[in-house]
Amino acid sequence: MTTYTTPANSQAASFKALVNGLREAIREPEQFTLSYAAESSAFVRFNHAKVRQAGQVQQASVGLKLINDGRHADLDITLSGAAEVDARRLADGLQQLRETLPLLPPDPYLLLNHNGWQSNNVQAHPLPDTEQVVGEITRAAEGLDLVGFYAAGPISRGFASSAGAFGWHQANSFNFDFSLFHANGQAVKASYAGHQWDSEGFARRFAQAREQLAFLGRPLRTLAPGQYRAYLAPAALEEIMSLLSWGGFSAQSIASKSSPLQKLYSGDHSFSPLVSLDEHVSGSLSPAFSGEGYPRSDLKLIVEGQAEAQLVSSRSAAEYGLTANGAGGGEAPSALNMAAGALPEADVLRQLGTGLYISNLWYLNYSDLPGARMTGMTRFATFWVENGQIQAPVSTMRFDDSAFSLLGSQLEALTQERELLLSASTYSQRATASALLPGAVVSRLTLTL
Amino acid sequence: MFDFHPQLKQRFAALRTGAEFFSLRYVRESGQYLSVRKNVAEPPSLRRDEGAMLTVRVNGVEAYAATNDLSPAGLQAALDKAEQQARQLKPHALLDLRDQRVSSDRADYFSPNLDQPFPSLSECYELLGAESAAVPRDERLVNWQVSIGMTHVEQIYLSSAGAELRQAQRFVYPGLDVTAYDGNDSQTRSLGRENFGQQGGADVISRCGLIGAGPHIADQALQLLLAPNTPPGARDLLLMPDQMMLQIHESIGHPLELDRILGDERNYAGTSFVKAQDFGQLQYGSKWLNVTFDPDIPEQLASYGHDDDGSAASKQFLIREGLLLRPLGGALSQFRAGMDGVANSRACSWNRPPIDRMANLNIEPGDQSLAQLIGNIEHGILMSTNRSWSIDDARNKFQFGCEWGQLIENGELKGVVKNPNYRGVSAQFWKSLSAVGDTSTFQVLGTPNCGKGEPNQVIRVGHASPACVFSQVDVFGGDA
Repeated sequence: MTTYTTPANSQAASFKALVNGLREAIREPEQFTLSYAAESSAFVRFNHAKVRQAGQVQQASVGLKLINDGRHADLDITLSGAAEVDARRLADGLQQLRETLPLLPPDPYLLLNHNGWQSNNVQAHPLPDTEQVVGEITRAAEGLDLVGFYAAGPISRGFASSAGAFGWHQANSFNFDFSLFHANGQAVKASYAGHQWDSEGFARRFAQAREQLAFLGRPLRTLAPGQYRAYLAPAALEEIMSLLSWGGFSAQSIASKSSPLQKLYSGDHSFSPLVSLDEHVSGSLSPAFSGEGYPRSDLKLIVEGQAEAQLVSSRSAAEYGLTANGAGGGEAPSALNMAAGALPEADVLRQLGTGLYISNLWYLNYSDLPGARMTGMTRFATFWVENGQIQAPVSTMRFDDSAFSLLGSQLEALTQERELLLSASTYSQRATASALLPGAVVSRLTLTL
Repeated sequence: MFDFHPQLKQRFAALRTGAEFFSLRYVRESGQYLSVRKNVAEPPSLRRDEGAMLTVRVNGVEAYAATNDLSPAGLQAALDKAEQQARQLKPHALLDLRDQRVSSDRADYFSPNLDQPFPSLSECYELLGAESAAVPRDERLVNWQVSIGMTHVEQIYLSSAGAELRQAQRFVYPGLDVTAYDGNDSQTRSLGRENFGQQGGADVISRCGLIGAGPHIADQALQLLLAPNTPPGARDLLLMPDQMMLQIHESIGHPLELDRILGDERNYAGTSFVKAQDFGQLQYGSKWLNVTFDPDIPEQLASYGHDDDGSAASKQFLIREGLLLRPLGGALSQFRAGMDGVANSRACSWNRPPIDRMANLNIEPGDQSLAQLIGNIEHGILMSTNRSWSIDDARNKFQFGCEWGQLIENGELKGVVKNPNYRGVSAQFWKSLSAVGDTSTFQVLGTPNCGKGEPNQVIRVGHASPACVFSQVDVFGGDA
């Protein structure tokens, strides 16, 4: 059913043609960078195990930066896919930026990468036919209340500069993110994502979710606010990491005192020695280069509870005298990798003893940002455990606690096994971010509401 | 304006399909984001975007295809893909839309002052530079940024039923924030940014109060740095409009979205504590609570003539004197639920399909001045400007935080407190609404950042509100 238009090699050729045209159009001493993003996506929403809404989206855009005389400006342009139209749009864009630059003061924080680096990564696993996938999903979900979202297709990213740099990244991927609802309103969340759809693999993943659903039928336990032991499954820990990633490791946020980890980077606080975090770009789904033209390498952000590297964009490098390390403008990690612990996953319930087994958290935000104190909700499959045995699902509860407690003084153990969590985010475009995380047993989690 | 309209009409007329209904929604967007941070102009970020979404209905099944290729062949290819998908999904489709009515309206809609040119890039940078320079020198002020965002959108909707709807709108987002740091704690005070977006031109910048705001905002950041933490306990809570907008958004807007109630969002944005049978029955809030879907305030961020499915928009009471009356559901959700709704089927751009969204969701003014609201509070707190928001997936248990707090004792405003947070439960919170400010306290605000949907969409929504008082709310501060 799905035909993913514009093959990747044709997109790479189109991008090269735009780059070549731009190189010819540039007048010394002008310089440019040109980033590229395209995708062809199949999107299918499910509700009540049926297709609620389905469609396809084909989009492509470039980000052109023109630099001259210490001044620079950026323009994002949507491409049409037709060579002649796109060459004209780029020429118009170049002209707009040429007219803009004289209106600007020189930028003291402009830092260009003059290396002519080259990078090429193409992964072209064949994607499944959407009709076949929809058939497998609806068959598996027969008699169940499934709600979810399937997104699939090729994603391309490119970069080129007048200094001769050229990067190309293309990957086919799919992500089926779904929930199974019990009649009582409780639900299990799961996903099946990757490069190659395997019907047996999907069936196994679906069966696991279905097994958990059985526990949700037990009578709900309502907890009083207070302090509880808790196990945070990798997906729950990911929510905490996502919030901390929102400025946490950013050089600009740390310098401007808006990072939740400013007290970690100042050395005033630390995490547990069990906590080591890397930005592990190599082998991840993310491109090996940033949108502003720096190759990205792996970085140790936290080592045994102590702050190490920050994420440094070129602008922060110039402003704060740091070395740019391939972070994008937002200086957020996109391939976070947390070191595994020693607790076998099979022993999690025994280690927890009595407390909360939390599969997912939801809608986290700060109660007090400088103290990394955060609040959020339990969501999907949260269970009350007594003496290592699951007793009952727990009604939705709010927690309010500091990351320096949850990942510091109260962190008891991390699991040996880690889960690779691929982002299902599709704001503007399909995300390439991922996280490899263990589960965490904490001896105290504060519930407030 | 609409210079692509004649060509687009021609291309639409030439499209061929076996579908019983099809439509085309074309969106062209251009924008700029300009900022000056600590007296250094940051490079301008400009954008140009255009594309179209083709939607078909075949045997009652709808499917869409969005394309950046606006050539006749590109549009036809997208239409063919959508039609093929609709046919193939028939056995798996949740909905049969054969009996759903479609719009054949023809109309134009324009933002106010659209004919007035927006200040030039140089003029904007001059203004931003002046405001940045007006932030006083104080070593505790470690960061400040002044910005203006502007987006111009033209949309053309054409359908096989004869609909022809054109909208041209300009959205403006002025902003300023200042961060103060004392070696341990940091506090940020802001104006505008995600709280103040409106339609219009230079008039929006003036209305926001950006001009001349630098010293005042910086002073408030320093006051917060010196202030004690918000004391914990139950107090009467006076929320100013720039926090009311968040309170309305999260605990009235999202729970009343009909697609959530119908279960579409259960895998992502969540569900709702409100059930379909609650409309006309549920006392949502106190008798002082009057909530409207209002597309008629010209400068408000989500005012429009028709939504993205072609339904005509008009003002409707969703809650009157506390009684829940009507959901936020567009034509499709209304058809599915058999209920009346509003024209709120909206898409964030050409590459995302319309779904139920908030648009302008407002609280109608009451009859008390700010002085009266404060004067009637014995033991309370004023909170202003949202900075933190968290609510459960049924939109019930919430915790929100503000930038600015001021205690109220015996009818008088007292000292400033920092880290003002409060928590509650939507289903009970609105029943504690005890007083509503008059038009002198009423502000038209809006945010560009409402996220929802699969695929994900972030969209602009407007919220206008007076200041409001809630009785005996659980408030608390931070740790630092």
